[in-house]
Amino acid sequence: MRILRLVLRRLSLSIPCLGIILAVLFFLLQLAPGDAVDALIGQMGTSDDTLSKLLRSYYGLDGSVVGQFTGYVGRLATLDLGLSIAYGKPVIDLILERLPVTVVLMVTSMAMAFTAGCVVGVIAARYVHRWPDTIISVLGMLVYSMPSFWFGLMAIVLFAVTLGWLPAGGISDLRAGHTGIAHLLDMAKHLVMPALTLGLIFFAVYLRVMRTAMVEVMTLDFMRTARAKGLQERAVLFRHALRNALLPMVTIAGLHASSMLGGAVVVESVFSLPGLGRLAQEAVVQRDLNMLLGITVMSSVLVIAVNLVIDIIYARLDPRIDVGA
Amino acid sequence: MGALRRYASSTAAVIGLVLLLVVIAMAASAGWLFPEDPLSLAGAPLTPPFTEEGLPLGTDSVGRDIAAQIFHGARVSLLVGVVATGIAIGIGILVGAVSGYFGGAVDAALMRLTEAFQTVPSFILLLMLVVIFGSEVTTLALVIGAVSWTAPARLTRAEFLTLRSRDFVLSCRTLGMPHARIIFLEILPSALPPVIVYVSVVMALAILQESALAFLGLSDPNIASWGNLIGDGRRVLRSAWYVAALPGLAIIVTVLAISLVGQGVNDLLNPRLGRR
Repeated sequence: MRILRLVLRRLSLSIPCLGIILAVLFFLLQLAPGDAVDALIGQMGTSDDTLSKLLRSYYGLDGSVVGQFTGYVGRLATLDLGLSIAYGKPVIDLILERLPVTVVLMVTSMAMAFTAGCVVGVIAARYVHRWPDTIISVLGMLVYSMPSFWFGLMAIVLFAVTLGWLPAGGISDLRAGHTGIAHLLDMAKHLVMPALTLGLIFFAVYLRVMRTAMVEVMTLDFMRTARAKGLQERAVLFRHALRNALLPMVTIAGLHASSMLGGAVVVESVFSLPGLGRLAQEAVVQRDLNMLLGITVMSSVLVIAVNLVIDIIYARLDPRIDVGA
Repeated sequence: MGALRRYASSTAAVIGLVLLLVVIAMAASAGWLFPEDPLSLAGAPLTPPFTEEGLPLGTDSVGRDIAAQIFHGARVSLLVGVVATGIAIGIGILVGAVSGYFGGAVDAALMRLTEAFQTVPSFILLLMLVVIFGSEVTTLALVIGAVSWTAPARLTRAEFLTLRSRDFVLSCRTLGMPHARIIFLEILPSALPPVIVYVSVVMALAILQESALAFLGLSDPNIASWGNLIGDGRRVLRSAWYVAALPGLAIIVTVLAISLVGQGVNDLLNPRLGRR
């Protein structure tokens, strides 16, 4: 019941947010040279005035700006994202086709970065201001400065070209024709490097947050109590400190959902994964503004959904959180 | 003088400053050390580094001098970094100051807008802006700035919220000072330190975003930029990995230098938070 109320409250906040996003995007589209019909006509290679008039009224592009805006919001609300000019297919179909790969990639790399960030952050906090902490901090700084696509390319050189351990790209080996569990394993193998590449920069962020949070928690009174009552150091660290230090970690994970989706564009391109990000890059190359608009809207919806899930996790971690407030 | 000495007491901050000066020197000396067009042919394609005199870092897949491209690329990265950061911080301060100072409905509206911009993945929004406005390098710097203002806005707002009810602000109001003067001349100087520290984060991200766009082939193809060179090196990755590796190192050094300097300035401006 508490969770349900939380979900409803979050959704009531997300709808105005989505409305503003749509308005900003609509405004941007007005600045674009030519509209969807110009692009369609250009694609067909003809310049017929009656045809373009007909198409404009069909797409509702001949009315006033206000009328166009309401039509545009109405179409988006019913998930009618229009036709992709480059593919000649409905944009929503293309997006739903590509979405699973991106979601799997994001979830895997977020889980990897989160876990590794927690473990390494706890180690750094345990040895704060001693040499393990210094080494970890320097490594974190280096990782944070690394462009993900560059790391991806170097990983391909090392693990795919030189060592031959992992495939260099794609989502599965089509020639092998695996089925069932073998197919899943094959996909997992293809996902290792992309997930690592996308997760790397977030690992650096989580590591720093976790270290700070742990150092902070360890100065609190209840930690002294836990030690004083004779608990082992490991129990103090994991049962008492970690659970409290996890709260800022979860908040940060929510804040990074949208930049992770942006990072997926680059990583999917490096490893030629057929995901949403790669679709976005293709849309830019083909100047397919309609598809890009659809991707932007759907990725915002995805970010809102991720944040909703994170809020639920947060509420479970910290029972003090009052959803009504 | 005291501030300088305190900055110099941190090894990391000094290393950062030295690296940053090296990158600035590279950008400044590019025209003098490599006077020819960095995108003109300089030798046989795919000459490995350290094998031919006059081509210290070898050539790329077409035969263009890699060292020249890296030196000229420093100009692009620094230009994009500075311009984009200026715009992002400018918009951020304006939005955050107005929001925090006036509060109420103005604050609510501006914060909804900020949230909306934080929800849309900024890189995807960037792609859309590139399609609409083109990918000329100054345009790129402008649009990268236009998608990076949310965090500075939130920081400025938080500072203004705590400062606006202080006595000095109330006395300014009693004197009948215009709002704009109170915001920019009275409150802003006290609100700036945390925002200044954030400059390094925005600049590092802006440089990374430009290089990512260039890598995807969506930046200006007619300039020598690090991202463009990595994108080119990707095509010959299997045979000549150094083409992609070298400009990547340049990006790492630059971003690392900016982060370290930012950290040093942070310790200087917020000494209480510094050593813990």
